[in-house]
Amino acid sequence: MIKGIGVSSGIAIGKAHVIYKQKAALTGLLLDNEEAVAIEMSKFDKAVVKSIEEVETLISEADDTWTEESIAILETQVEFLGDPQIRENVHTKISSEKKNVNDALIEVIAALVVMFQAMTDEYMRSRAADMEDIGERILRNLGQVSQAAPHEIEPGSILISQDISPSDTISMDIRHVAGFATIVGGPTSHAAIVAKARGIPAAVGLGHNLSHINQGDLLILDGLSGEMIINPDEETLGIYQQRREQYSGQLGLMKALKDVSAKTTDGQKITLVANISEAADMDLVFENGGEGVGLLRSELLFMGRESMPTEDEQFEFYKKVALKSQNKPVTIRTIDIGGDKHLPYFNLPKEQNPFLGYRAIRISLDRKELFLTQLKAILRASVFGDLRIMFPMISHVQEVRDAKKVLEMAKVELAEANIDFKPDIEVGIMIEVPSAAVMADMLAKEVDFFSIGTNDLVQYTLAVDRLNDKVSNLYDPFNPAVLRLISYVIEQGHEHHLHVSMCGELAADPLATLLLIGMDLREFSMSAISIPMIKNAIIKCSFLDAKVVFERVKRMSDSEEIKAYLRTMIP
Amino acid sequence: MITKEYTILAPEGIHARPATTLVKLVKKFKSTISLKTGAKTIALNSVLNILALATKGGDQIGIIIDGEDEQEAAEAIDTFFKEHLPYS
Repeated sequence: MIKGIGVSSGIAIGKAHVIYKQKAALTGLLLDNEEAVAIEMSKFDKAVVKSIEEVETLISEADDTWTEESIAILETQVEFLGDPQIRENVHTKISSEKKNVNDALIEVIAALVVMFQAMTDEYMRSRAADMEDIGERILRNLGQVSQAAPHEIEPGSILISQDISPSDTISMDIRHVAGFATIVGGPTSHAAIVAKARGIPAAVGLGHNLSHINQGDLLILDGLSGEMIINPDEETLGIYQQRREQYSGQLGLMKALKDVSAKTTDGQKITLVANISEAADMDLVFENGGEGVGLLRSELLFMGRESMPTEDEQFEFYKKVALKSQNKPVTIRTIDIGGDKHLPYFNLPKEQNPFLGYRAIRISLDRKELFLTQLKAILRASVFGDLRIMFPMISHVQEVRDAKKVLEMAKVELAEANIDFKPDIEVGIMIEVPSAAVMADMLAKEVDFFSIGTNDLVQYTLAVDRLNDKVSNLYDPFNPAVLRLISYVIEQGHEHHLHVSMCGELAADPLATLLLIGMDLREFSMSAISIPMIKNAIIKCSFLDAKVVFERVKRMSDSEEIKAYLRTMIP
Repeated sequence: MITKEYTILAPEGIHARPATTLVKLVKKFKSTISLKTGAKTIALNSVLNILALATKGGDQIGIIIDGEDEQEAAEAIDTFFKEHLPYS
C-alpha cells in the first residue's frame, strides 16, 4: 500500500493508466545580432497569441459538463499566458543575455517555478505547476515540443501521473476516469481542485513509489485516506467494492441536497449548522451544505500540549475559524474540561464523581485569569467573522451573571489597550444540566441564545452514566422526562425571543427530527457528515405533521411507545 | 489620484481566481492602477505579480488609481472587493 494525501473522497477501483511527460531541453545557442533578437522576441509574442487563442477556443466550446471551476482555471491560464511580467522577463533574457527564445522561456519559467515552490503557503506552491503548464504550451506553439497526441484513456481507469496540469485536463478526457493519483502536489494543486470539482476520487503527493505501478495493474484508490493498493487480493477487493457502493449512496444524497434549502414541505425553514473542532473542519461543513457552526469545541486548542496556550495562540486559532467561516455564524464554547476530559498541565485532582465535580464553567469562574485570556482571544477574533460566545455546564443563574462580568472585564481591558473587537458579540449558554432547563425562563433574560446539549442533559436527568455498561440501557434521549425539559427550553426561548439550537447527538438522529421541529426547534447542530441525512428528513415532512406528532408524543408516558410511534411517522 | 485601503479577510489572501478577475477589470480602464502592500508596489496588470506578493488573510493593501477615469475605476474596484474578496 502507498499513502499520499487524499484530496477528493470516494473509492475508485480500476486499471492503471500511466502517463509521464518528457521535458524540453536547453539548447545553449546564443544570438549574434540585433536582427535575431528582434525575431526571437516576436516569435515569443506570436506563440503567446496562439496559446491564448487555443485556450480561449476551449473556453468558448465549454458545455454543461464543465464546472465553473474548470472555466475559471482556464481564464487564469489566459491571464498567465498574456502576463506582462512574464513577457518582460523573457524579452529581457533575449535582448540582454542573447538567449534564444526557447532557452529564455525555459529559464524564466524555471525561475518562477522556484519562486512559487519557495512560498510558505501550500496553495501558492501548487501554482508552480501552472507555470510549468503555460511554459509547455508556449514552447509547443514555438514549435519546440511536438504536439502531444490526445491520450486515449479507457473509461474507468485510474490515471497515474507526475502531476496533472490544466492543459492535461484538456488534452485528456479525464471525465470518465475512475480516479487519479499523482506523485507530487498538495491539497490545493490543480489535480486536487479538478478532482473535487468533478467528484472524482483522487490522491496527490504519493511520491515515487507510484512509479512502480505498471500499465494495466489493478488499483484501489481511497480518495479520503489517500491510500492506494496495487493488485489487491480477492478479499480486499470485495471489501472495497462494498465500501464504494456505500459511499456512492451517501455522496449521491450529499450532492443532491447540498444546495437544497432545509425547508419543510409547507415552507418552514430549519437552519442546519455543524459541530466542529478547528478551522480545517470548515470545508466539510460547507461541502455538506452546513450554514455555519453551532458548536466550536475549543478543547482541541488546549489538548496535546505541555502548557496553556497564550492569548495570541488562542486568538490565531479563533481567527482562522472566523476567516474560513464565509461570515456565517460560529458559536464558540468556552473551555469544557473536567469530567472525562483532562489536561496534563492542568492538575485536576481525582474526583469521586467527576461529572458532578469541578468542570467547565465551574473551572472558568474559579480560575478567572484563564477564562479572561480565552474571552479576550475570542473577542479579538470577533472582528473577522460572526462569532458568538457560549458558556457550558451552566447550572444556575448567578453563574451566567458572573461569566458575563468576566466578559465585560475582557472588553474593558481590550478597549483600554485600543484593540478592536465586536462590543455587541452575542452570548449564550449550553442547556445541559436539568436545573438550567427548569430555570430556562429566568436564564432567558440573561442571554441571547440557548443551545441544548442533549448528551449531558440525558445523563443528568436520568442519573445514568452512559459509559457504564450496567446502566447504559437506561440512557435514552426519548425518555419523556428529557423530552419535556427540551420542549420547555425551546418554548421559553421563543417566549423571550431567543435563538434556540440543539447541539447534542439527538439533533443528528433522524428519528427525532420530526418531533423536534414540532417542538419549534429551528436550529440543529451536528457533525458535518450528518447534515444531508437530517436535511433529507426535514424536506420530506410538513411543519403541520410535526406539530401533530409532538401533540401525540406529549400524551405518551413510555419511551418505547414514543420511539415505536416515531418510527411509523418517518416519511 | 485616488488611494483606497482594504484589509483582506480571505484566509488564503488574493488567490489566482480573484486575481484574474481583478486584472481583467483593471485592464478595462485607462488609469494606471497599482497595488501596494508593505514596501512593495506592483502594477495591477499582472496576475503573476499579485501572486508573487503572497498576500495572506489579515494583510492590508492599498490600491492607487491615477488617470482620467480614476473615479469609475475606484468604484468598480470597490464593487470587485465587495463581491469577490471579503475585506474590512
